[in-house]
Amino acid sequence: MSSDALLTVSGLCAGYDQTEVLWDVDLELRRGEVMALIGRNGVGKTTLLHAIMGTRPATGGMLRFDGHDVTALTPHMRARAGIGFVPQGRHIFPQLTVMENLETGLCALGGRGGGAGGGVPGYIFDLFPKLYDIRGRAGGFLSGGEQQQLAIGRALAGRPALLLLDEPTEGIQPSVVQQIEAALAHVRDELGMTILVVEQYLDFVWRFADRYSAMQNGRIIRQGAIAEESAAAVAHLVQI
Amino acid sequence: MDFALFLNQLFNGFSLASLYLLASLGLALSFGIMRVINMAHGEMLMLGGYLAWLTLLVVPGGAGILLAVPVAFAGAAAMGGLIQTSLIRRLSSRPLDTLLATWGVSLILQQAARDLFGAIGVEVRAPDWLMGSFTVAGVTLPSARLFIIAVAVLVLGALALVLLKTRIGLLTRAVNQDRMMASAVGIDVKRVDFTVFCLGSGIAGLAGVMLALLGPVTPNVGQSYIIPAFLVVVMGGLGSIVGTTTAAIVLGVFSALAQMFVDVSVAQMLLLVFVILFIQIRPQGVVAVRTRQLDV
Repeated sequence: MSSDALLTVSGLCAGYDQTEVLWDVDLELRRGEVMALIGRNGVGKTTLLHAIMGTRPATGGMLRFDGHDVTALTPHMRARAGIGFVPQGRHIFPQLTVMENLETGLCALGGRGGGAGGGVPGYIFDLFPKLYDIRGRAGGFLSGGEQQQLAIGRALAGRPALLLLDEPTEGIQPSVVQQIEAALAHVRDELGMTILVVEQYLDFVWRFADRYSAMQNGRIIRQGAIAEESAAAVAHLVQI
Repeated sequence: MDFALFLNQLFNGFSLASLYLLASLGLALSFGIMRVINMAHGEMLMLGGYLAWLTLLVVPGGAGILLAVPVAFAGAAAMGGLIQTSLIRRLSSRPLDTLLATWGVSLILQQAARDLFGAIGVEVRAPDWLMGSFTVAGVTLPSARLFIIAVAVLVLGALALVLLKTRIGLLTRAVNQDRMMASAVGIDVKRVDFTVFCLGSGIAGLAGVMLALLGPVTPNVGQSYIIPAFLVVVMGGLGSIVGTTTAAIVLGVFSALAQMFVDVSVAQMLLLVFVILFIQIRPQGVVAVRTRQLDV
């Protein structure tokens, strides 16, 4: 195990009721890297993100984050330890305003960050200027692209060390996809954030990810460096 | 003459609605956020009533009744907190079992009151300034009922302020709207559950003080208000504050007006029929709560 590992997943199993979805998953993320998690629908990518966040209990295995065993921690404790989550479907609080949604993200700072003091960090509005214009609107009334920006902004408000993203480009128009890409590159380069991103849109992740892991039937079946393999070479792992 | 009677009953309807509202706000809050129903909620009213009586034993008179309000609130909130941590939290994965378990608590609390204070009940003597009444255009407005309406309006306003303007209010709304996401952004959802449950129980305790002003406090005083409170929550749309308030007013006024023509027990029956018909036409309640959303 290398010392620069931020997240180490070992032998992780998880599932729904009686159905196991993840089998003995091993995964390691180094500090500051972007890993793309790819695979067809239903192979367990989303479940893996939920198991890392703690919103889906693991039935076996261990999670180490930032040098600590977090396997037994609740989701809110993991969030406060520095894991940020942008789930599939975005899960914006529909009746909270954009600003209030962002403020909920500050809860992850609880006990951390040395009390830099209140408020949503301004750089989130630099990354997504649109959010500032619509800050008073209820989350439920936003378009898909606006909700996606808000979900990423909300996760960033908690200054996570690790950002989990589940299909950030799903159903989003190209101009917003570019903005999201620029934002993710920014937080990786400027803030040293580590990112684990589930994505079917390979050309998108191939533009900024460092490594990829491919899943099949609840297991990681292949890993590699983005620089060494073209998106076309692994496309068969994603297509039906 | 007849019109004066109508106005009188309308006023009584609003004071009854105030009691229904105070009795049901806690139920609506905890159902909205945890999807559990506390069958012992009525006993929080009873507890509030007895705490008011005890407070007045120590501090008689007008100051006593004002002191009884925070005492009953705190006492019922503490009891609610105890029930939440010892029982409801542990049964969170089995909501049906919470019905049975809290029903058991309800029976235990009723029996405890019977053993401690006697089966007949105790009488709270309202202070003089609550005994009088005003007469406006032939309509008699008893001070005690005006006081109850004022308290209900204040509680509703304070609750709206807390939910909309404070940090705990923001967290409560977030947990209510998306529990999974709330935990993933770092909100301690169990602590929010606990706080909301205490708050709801405390409001019921407050309602108990108001009940004590109107009649004797008996071990099963909560039972006579818990059924209308359930009706209010169901009709209001399960967890919506606006819906709960609307439903409390509709049902309070309905039941007071019905009593102009029929006796109290028939009025109760008509109330039930009315709610059943209403739910047939509008199953989602006054305010549709599509997922788990509490609109304020």
